Amino acid sequence: MKLVKVHITLKEGVLDPQGKAVQGSLNTLGYDNVKEVRVGKYLELTVNDDANIEAEIEEMCNKLLANPVIENYKYTVEEGVVQ
Amino acid sequence: MLQAPEITPELVEQDKVYQEMGLTDKEYDMIKDIMGRRPNFTEIGIFSVMWSEHCSYKTSKPLLKKFPTEGPQVVQGPGEGAGVVDIGDGQGVVFKVESHNHPSAVEPYQGAATGVGGIIRDVFSMGARPIASLNSLRFGNLHTGRVKYLFDEVVHGIAGYGNCVGVPTVGGEVQFDDCYEGNPLVNAMCVGLIDTKDIQKGIASGLGNTIMYVGSKTGRDGIHGATFASEDLSEDSESKRSNVQVGDPFMEKLLIEACLEVIHSDALVGIQDMGAAGLTSSASEMASKAGMGMEMNLDLIPQREENMTAYEMMLSESQERMLLCVKQGEEQEIVDIFKKYGLEAVAVGHVTDDKMFRLLHKGEVVADIPVDNLAEDAPIFHKESKVPSFYEEYQRMPAYIPEVKDHSETLKKLLQQPTIASKEYVYDQYDSMVQANTVFSPGSDAAVVRVRGYDKAIAMTTDCNSRYIHLDPEAGGKIAVAEAARNIVASGAKPLALTDGLNFGNPDKPENFWQMEKSVEGMSAASLKLNTPVISGNVSLYNESNGQAIFPTPVVGMVGLHESLDHITPSHFQNEGDLIYVIGETEAEFGGSELQNLLEGKYFGKAPAIDLETEAKRQEQLLAAIRAGLVSSAHDIAEGGLGVALAECLFTEKGLGADVQVEGDLTTVLFSETQSRFIVSIPEKDREAFEAKVEDATLLGTVTNTNKLVVQNGETEAITEDVRSLQQLWKGAIPCLLKSKA
Amino acid sequence: MKFAVIVFPGSNCDRDMYYAAKDALGEEADMLWYQEANLEGYDAILIPGGFSYGDYLRSGAIASTSDIVVQLREQADKGVPILGVCNGFQILLESGLLPGAMLRNKNLKFMCHFENLIVENNDTLFTSKYEKDEVVSIPIAHHDGNYYCDEETLARLKENNQIVFTYENNPNGSVADIAGIINEQGNVLGMMPHPERAVEAILNSDDGLKLFQSMLENWRERYVAGA
Repeated sequence: MKLVKVHITLKEGVLDPQGKAVQGSLNTLGYDNVKEVRVGKYLELTVNDDANIEAEIEEMCNKLLANPVIENYKYTVEEGVVQ
Repeated sequence: MLQAPEITPELVEQDKVYQEMGLTDKEYDMIKDIMGRRPNFTEIGIFSVMWSEHCSYKTSKPLLKKFPTEGPQVVQGPGEGAGVVDIGDGQGVVFKVESHNHPSAVEPYQGAATGVGGIIRDVFSMGARPIASLNSLRFGNLHTGRVKYLFDEVVHGIAGYGNCVGVPTVGGEVQFDDCYEGNPLVNAMCVGLIDTKDIQKGIASGLGNTIMYVGSKTGRDGIHGATFASEDLSEDSESKRSNVQVGDPFMEKLLIEACLEVIHSDALVGIQDMGAAGLTSSASEMASKAGMGMEMNLDLIPQREENMTAYEMMLSESQERMLLCVKQGEEQEIVDIFKKYGLEAVAVGHVTDDKMFRLLHKGEVVADIPVDNLAEDAPIFHKESKVPSFYEEYQRMPAYIPEVKDHSETLKKLLQQPTIASKEYVYDQYDSMVQANTVFSPGSDAAVVRVRGYDKAIAMTTDCNSRYIHLDPEAGGKIAVAEAARNIVASGAKPLALTDGLNFGNPDKPENFWQMEKSVEGMSAASLKLNTPVISGNVSLYNESNGQAIFPTPVVGMVGLHESLDHITPSHFQNEGDLIYVIGETEAEFGGSELQNLLEGKYFGKAPAIDLETEAKRQEQLLAAIRAGLVSSAHDIAEGGLGVALAECLFTEKGLGADVQVEGDLTTVLFSETQSRFIVSIPEKDREAFEAKVEDATLLGTVTNTNKLVVQNGETEAITEDVRSLQQLWKGAIPCLLKSKA
Repeated sequence: MKFAVIVFPGSNCDRDMYYAAKDALGEEADMLWYQEANLEGYDAILIPGGFSYGDYLRSGAIASTSDIVVQLREQADKGVPILGVCNGFQILLESGLLPGAMLRNKNLKFMCHFENLIVENNDTLFTSKYEKDEVVSIPIAHHDGNYYCDEETLARLKENNQIVFTYENNPNGSVADIAGIINEQGNVLGMMPHPERAVEAILNSDDGLKLFQSMLENWRERYVAGA
């Protein structure tokens, strides 16, 4: 089995109201070093070993997991995960 | 996590493991007697949840018996998932209120969300389509970051769940007092509509019939939630975070639609929600109510986690689960209906005739308990009751007479008191209009939802002024019921029945028990007089934090019927030129008032008096005037008195104003909280007809188009205020408190 | 006229839409479960609001991958009028039948109240009974109603007159105050506000009724009068 870790974030330039709110709170708490926060999603997929898995992940991200109009995605694949 | 196999029955007894589960030595001995042997770990766990206050009402039962529960309108009184009242045309209204205080104190979003989910299940498990939700909320004052967090997250949780399941949240109330700081109250009420022929019961009858499980899988959520709800909240409740269940409103929505389809199947015998104490309470109650027994194989229970023990499965409070009793051999019909909605109905057991509650797990009998003892024969405790010394002190005090110099300024301050201020911040987050039947959404005296296809509508409200009950539980209990009925009547409906959400402190303290006793007596007297029997309810005790009890807060959820859509009456003034009347005279009554809170920062003295005869008469006469088409608007006078009520009548976008003339002590006239009063506006042409119908009505003035509130006291102009600016203060108060730094 | 109302798991304005077509407008309507639906033979398709699949992942995302969307595309290509409201609009965006995407409301909260909308384009199948620039009161009820599209798309929407409704006082942060847009062919309308909740005076507004009446009138002109 492989473990696929998918990170989805809003594209640059798309307003992220959640990120802004979190940033505001952090600044209020005194963490003035925080200049920007972007909130995203993190998904873990446990998948069968398959040579074509990378292509499949790309497809999944484009078809469902991310909305290409507003979101970017990146992923990593970890080998040899014990079920 | 406790593992059942490691703890033998001997250990349960020796190490008093049952005490950790909330059972006393005496209760353990009773259980041993019932069983004729030492109960094992799973069995004692099952007893502990069934004999918790939440499930057995062991403390409150002697008091609940005092409530009037009958009337020609009552189709189903207390005892089922929810009560039912008749509204004609073969239809009934199903409703109940339930508390989720303790879970909300620990994890406010999920606590509130699952509270909403639970009460909605109680209603649709009766076979009714849920048509409206209301919430009665209490928080500490919005001064600390923690309280603001609790407030925001509770509201967020109610919205997150309620909006998704498609049941409009149409009303309720939110009040703020310091006593709720560590122990907020979250009481959710759900109202459903049913053709009375479709009413379902939670029974498992018919030897050999199949018990089926449907909905979310069982995980280790909320184990011991029911007993957790019956303990004081202490500092280490924070670390019990994993006890709180997580709600899935999407699953709930599927269950609603599937169950409302299943009730029309002849294969269905009984259906019940798995609420507090989950599988244990639903299964044992269904068997006990039918006079039967039940055997379940726990290996068949759909499980979300691995290696769950019998104890964990039986005590899990995973949400969105239902238990069904289905005719033997007709299971497939039920399976197919649920399948359409992507849900799996699984056979997990069958009905027996030996009145035993028997559980099998991995080939062994893991529990074998006489079911009636479990479900119905929980011990009843008659607690000690004692008049609190503070009550006697309050009664002896001379009447509190507040000193007010600037009445305009005081009115403005009162309008910004969070209990009085606009709750738009809250209800804007609720979908109040889904189902497209909402006539009056939150912000009115009572919410009004029309019955589609008929010339009638349902009015509903929740009310409880706990300050009065703190000062005088009997008078306060009467007032809670009377105020609810007043709100229903002001909207033009006839009050039908009520559900009670009794929130009190630790009943082991005799002073607390006395408060329970007296408020229940007061509520009973008022329900009897106003013909609003108690048809369902919920008890939440041990509402204390760090040893300090909340004000006794028996929330009244009331439902009424508009016999014609023409009777629906708004609480705001409608037309320029209408005459403004006040119904009822005013005495100087400031004990427990919002003005006392404003000036003194605490409550003391006598609660306002209430005469139920007068109350009933005024309600009847106002309703008669409304039905005769004489009334443009009607509003109940509550916290903050006539001054606040007058201003509230003007808070619309219509640009109206009011010119009124008053006499006597201005502070009393404007801010006293004397009971049994209304402000109404009527067309000028109906003056004679109205005065003939409503005896205690006094003409105050007229509705104007100036957008100004003008109060003349004798010759002097006491108040002249721009309505728009009053409205802004009133609207802005809560958002402003939330933004200010803790 | 015969309306289809598609019901997804988690739709919760399906009945409201059905009653708007059936009772308020007085035409035929069927509620069709998404798995069993055959959209052939309907004169218009309504995609109701709610929380399809619990709004999990993104509002409308999971519903937009279901088989029914294939049929929906076919009907759209044939010119059948399709109206998506709230979650229905989100599904139309996620399935690419309309351009753009929805973000969380700028105040991060669900909001439910009446809003004034401006009819920007009354030259559509859905709005012909309104006046241009007419202000109508229609409720909103959403968490993710903050419409987003890039500048190129916005320019195209403006150029083709595809912006049908805007908010008088933008409540959610939508680009260009957009409350509803139509596709280039003019037969697919998506809007966040709920016209089906504003079809009777007793519900505090009947300004939404004209939208359904416009659909009916256009259908009559096209099929009944023509035939």
